[in-house]
Amino acid sequence: MSTTKAAPAVTAHSVVEPSLRTKRIAGALVILYALITLVPLVWIFLTSIKSPPDSISYPPKILFTPSLEGYCNLFTTRTRQTPDYIAALPPPSGVCDAVTRERNMVIAGPSNFLPRFANSLIIAFGSTFLAVSLGTLAAYGFSRFKVPLADDLLFFILSTRMMPPIAVAIPIYLMYRQLGLSDTALGMMLLYTAVNVSLAVWLLKGFIDEIPREYEEAAMIDGYTRLQAFFKVVLPQATTGIAATAIFCLIFAWNEYAFASLLTSGSAQTAPPFIPTIIGEGGQDWPAVAAGTTIFLVPILVFTILLRKQLLRGITFGAVRK
Amino acid sequence: MTASHDTFSDKMADAAIRATPEPLAARVRGLSDRAIAWLFIAPTIVLLLAINIFPLFWAIYLSFTNFRANRPNAVVQNVGLGNYSRILNDPDIWASMQTTAHFVFWTIVLQTLIGFTLAYLIDRKFRGHAFWTTLILIPMMLSPAVVGNFWRFLYEPQIGLFAYAVSFVSGIPTSDIQMLGNVHLAPWAIIIVDTWMWTPYVMLICLAGLRSIPDYIYEAAEVDRASPWRQFWSITVPMALPFIMLAVLFRGIENFKMFDMVNLLTGGGPGSTTEVASIALKRDAFEAWATGRSSAFAIVLFVAVFGLANIYVKALNKVKQR
Repeated sequence: MSTTKAAPAVTAHSVVEPSLRTKRIAGALVILYALITLVPLVWIFLTSIKSPPDSISYPPKILFTPSLEGYCNLFTTRTRQTPDYIAALPPPSGVCDAVTRERNMVIAGPSNFLPRFANSLIIAFGSTFLAVSLGTLAAYGFSRFKVPLADDLLFFILSTRMMPPIAVAIPIYLMYRQLGLSDTALGMMLLYTAVNVSLAVWLLKGFIDEIPREYEEAAMIDGYTRLQAFFKVVLPQATTGIAATAIFCLIFAWNEYAFASLLTSGSAQTAPPFIPTIIGEGGQDWPAVAAGTTIFLVPILVFTILLRKQLLRGITFGAVRK
Repeated sequence: MTASHDTFSDKMADAAIRATPEPLAARVRGLSDRAIAWLFIAPTIVLLLAINIFPLFWAIYLSFTNFRANRPNAVVQNVGLGNYSRILNDPDIWASMQTTAHFVFWTIVLQTLIGFTLAYLIDRKFRGHAFWTTLILIPMMLSPAVVGNFWRFLYEPQIGLFAYAVSFVSGIPTSDIQMLGNVHLAPWAIIIVDTWMWTPYVMLICLAGLRSIPDYIYEAAEVDRASPWRQFWSITVPMALPFIMLAVLFRGIENFKMFDMVNLLTGGGPGSTTEVASIALKRDAFEAWATGRSSAFAIVLFVAVFGLANIYVKALNKVKQR
């Protein structure tokens, strides 16, 4: 059209729209930063598929023959044997068997990685379920009713997050020893629930505040009780918020190290304190550590991408909502 | 909402009401809002009282005694304020506080500068900025312990990628780049990892701040022929300031408590050059088993975080009101 031809000359450079050149420079710098900060993560993955000699070669190798040794070592324990003994064995039954024998070793049994990983799963999901359930109820209470001293209670709930974990760990350690909860999954679950419930209450209160009260009031005029209105009207509306909160709680419990390293040592130990203790002959077995780290980080990568829209809200306890 | 949905949920509600036995229905119906409020909030409060507050009071009690957790049968003596006066007069404790302050100060400075710059660049809205923002966010979601542990490998002087890259750029031989073994470099090794991990956090909050500035303010400034430099310092920075301060608050609290990453990277060493408060506390409580004294130290730390955070929040509110 003829009239639009002149129009861009006036509005092409909107004052708030940066020029193309500015955009290109900004883009280049941001991409450069992103690429540099991703190097350590790429390196974790690359190390996990290196053989131990490749992983410690100098200069660091970027091109190498991929090997599954790291993953094999992560899941197994091995013992050294004489070449004669190994030669006398029947042919290897799998990749790991073969890789291990090349190092003059045989697989002695499974390592502790799987049980530790399972502990992480049980404790993280269990505590998330509890924290989100309790948090949703409490958040609804704070959002909809006049609770005496509500602000003080909410601040009290938040302030429990400010304590250094080690400071909390001392009395918890003593208390758990008395109650027989030391080194149990239940003990860790309760502890993570207590830590996460503060986040859950604050985040969910924000989400529930955004659901108009009129919805439940209408339902209650139609004959619902308050409880029915909560379960049938409010909860379905809050699903997105509950899901986002759950993922934040899950990530915290999944990543937690301080409590886990002080309060668990054996049967309830989670993956974060376990992974740094993976050692091979003559020091840290870096490909195995990298393999464990990779497996441990993948779920979080998926969650981060799922959560990217809610991330800001989660990390600021709902203080910034965008 | 569609009409069919409403009638459907009406039916569901009717069915639920009819299915509920009469006495129970009466009781549920009879629950006042007040009762529901307490029913919903109480479980959270009880959990926090049991797992946060009761242990805190126990720690306060222990801080006045000479109790040692590894000798539960020894006679516990009341030592009054003895533990506190020892803590406040102990040069090692003050040294650890200084180490913490150095760590908190530099991580906040670096993360704020880099984070704000990144946010400013991303806010130029170049093509693909959403994708690159998500990539940049990945490090902060990962477990500081597990990833921090892997940084030990990157920092290895002979085989590590970090030393190799630095030596490649600067020409310093890799054997001189003892990031974790050198007393001058070790504090910076920790600051680098923390900055790598948490700059995205500050970036995300700053980005929200920049996006909260309405376009019309810049348009008005353009009409008044304010230079871009002037616009940046008189509009962008002051209006994003509350967000920057919020990011600093969260990072400050978190880094004051910092334990996991430091514990895995250096464990406080070499010597005690990176012994931040949490590490000193852990050594006192779980290695020296001086439970009473370490409880006093924990209380001092808690009061310090709490007090500083409160003062800071007051300042933040003043800035917000401007």
